[in-house]
Amino acid sequence: MTILALDWGFIIEKLIMIAIIVLASLGIALYTTFGERKVAAILQDRPGPSRAGPFGLLQPLADGLKLIMKEEIIPNAANKWLFILGPGLAMTASLMTCAVIPWGSAVDVFGRHVELQIADVNIGILYVFAVVSMGVYGIMIGGWASNNKFSLMSALRAASQAISYELAMGLALIALLMTTGSLSLKTIVEQQIQGNWWNIVYQPLGFVIFFICALAECNRTPFDLPEAENELNFGYHQEYSSMKLGFYLFAEYINMIMSSAIMASMYFGGYDLPFFNEASVAPNIAALIGVGTLLIKIVLFIFLFMWIRWTIPRFRYDQLMNLGWKTMIPLALFNMLLTGAILLAKL
Amino acid sequence: MQALTNKAQAVNRKPMTFWERLYLINIIKGMLITFSHMFKKQPTIRYPEQKREFSPVFRGLHVLNRDEEGRERCTACGLCAVACPAEAITMEAAERVEGEENLYREEKYAAKYEINMLRCIFCGLCEDACPKDAIYLSETFAPANYTRKGFIYGKPDLLIPNPQTEATAFAEAKGV
Repeated sequence: MTILALDWGFIIEKLIMIAIIVLASLGIALYTTFGERKVAAILQDRPGPSRAGPFGLLQPLADGLKLIMKEEIIPNAANKWLFILGPGLAMTASLMTCAVIPWGSAVDVFGRHVELQIADVNIGILYVFAVVSMGVYGIMIGGWASNNKFSLMSALRAASQAISYELAMGLALIALLMTTGSLSLKTIVEQQIQGNWWNIVYQPLGFVIFFICALAECNRTPFDLPEAENELNFGYHQEYSSMKLGFYLFAEYINMIMSSAIMASMYFGGYDLPFFNEASVAPNIAALIGVGTLLIKIVLFIFLFMWIRWTIPRFRYDQLMNLGWKTMIPLALFNMLLTGAILLAKL
Repeated sequence: MQALTNKAQAVNRKPMTFWERLYLINIIKGMLITFSHMFKKQPTIRYPEQKREFSPVFRGLHVLNRDEEGRERCTACGLCAVACPAEAITMEAAERVEGEENLYREEKYAAKYEINMLRCIFCGLCEDACPKDAIYLSETFAPANYTRKGFIYGKPDLLIPNPQTEATAFAEAKGV
């Protein structure tokens, strides 16, 4: 009966944390759609959604209800299994990323020491890359299963774009990992808290490359070519309706939240609140302050994503590929060499 | 060729400098422009709560006028119908009988007076044509309706409230 020898408290603790983080991600994603519309409106001198509830705060719920109530349409010529699998896969892949993000230090609840991270994997960042790459399958399968030429084109674009920019992203990351010496996100954050500076100071070029690639990975403007309405109608989710469409749209926002969280953790100290001595307050409160800090950093990043979206028009496809292969990858390689040289000189 | 204005400019074909080719600076400039719009005043009029003021010469729905004693001014002369370029007005005249002096100002009145608001172009020529000051255009517009028939406004829809019996409604309709 080895199963009884398991630490059941540990399993329950992790399950509760998974539930909280998944639900919180969904809730934040829901309100990110609202934020997107509001930010767009304010940047364009409009009031934005303001009818449902005070300041339009119930708008995302109304949108969600609308999506659920809509008719489910599966095109006759579509591959039914893959058609249903696509949005599910996209959603799963984007939610899986949150497993390795350290949301805070640790709290003591009912005498248990609870780390505010679902899994402190020692290859955390590698795991994130693996899962993010899987997100492409969701788009690819959805686009292919729709049996629509626009969807297929869009899916091909999304896949090739993701692959091209993942290279530069990984190279930018290698430079960071050379300075930290660890793949674990928790360790990277702890190093930044203990060290004097956040990683952004050591890796400014790396961050710029990483940020641009993150925009491309999330299919955000100016890299939202898979959704270029003027060329592809609506993109890979052309044939989707109801909650399946909702899943695709949601997955995009969750991807945005997760990449913001990863950027905040890797380059901006994660849950570290600057100029604040965590030891001066009770550890539980310090942990909560840390969680709040990380959330604020995420919100700022999301705002930056939106700000960029409502400022810059999208690239042409050849420009996108040129930028990815001829600019980002050489720059990332240069950044890596530079970091290596400096590290060698310091030895 | 002689230039019409002095605004013509030669196309600048100078190759972009390194910083211009980087784009990042120009992107940041553009983002600062959009950011500055966060603090601009919104020109939005939140419709059902706020309404935009009509211009003083706005021509809206027709009103059939009464005189101070509450008698209809219209004598069904038909000049408005003749003047109407859209042929939206039809009417039937009737003769006033004994005992109706308090209802109609003159011996002849409009028994039926209809304006098709879907035909009407709100030009105001009927107002100009009327010798009795009996029709004028108000500052309201025709509300939505489910049927075409609903847009044919008859006398009950057009007549202004009686100033003798419904003074407040009359004042409201007059817009004074």
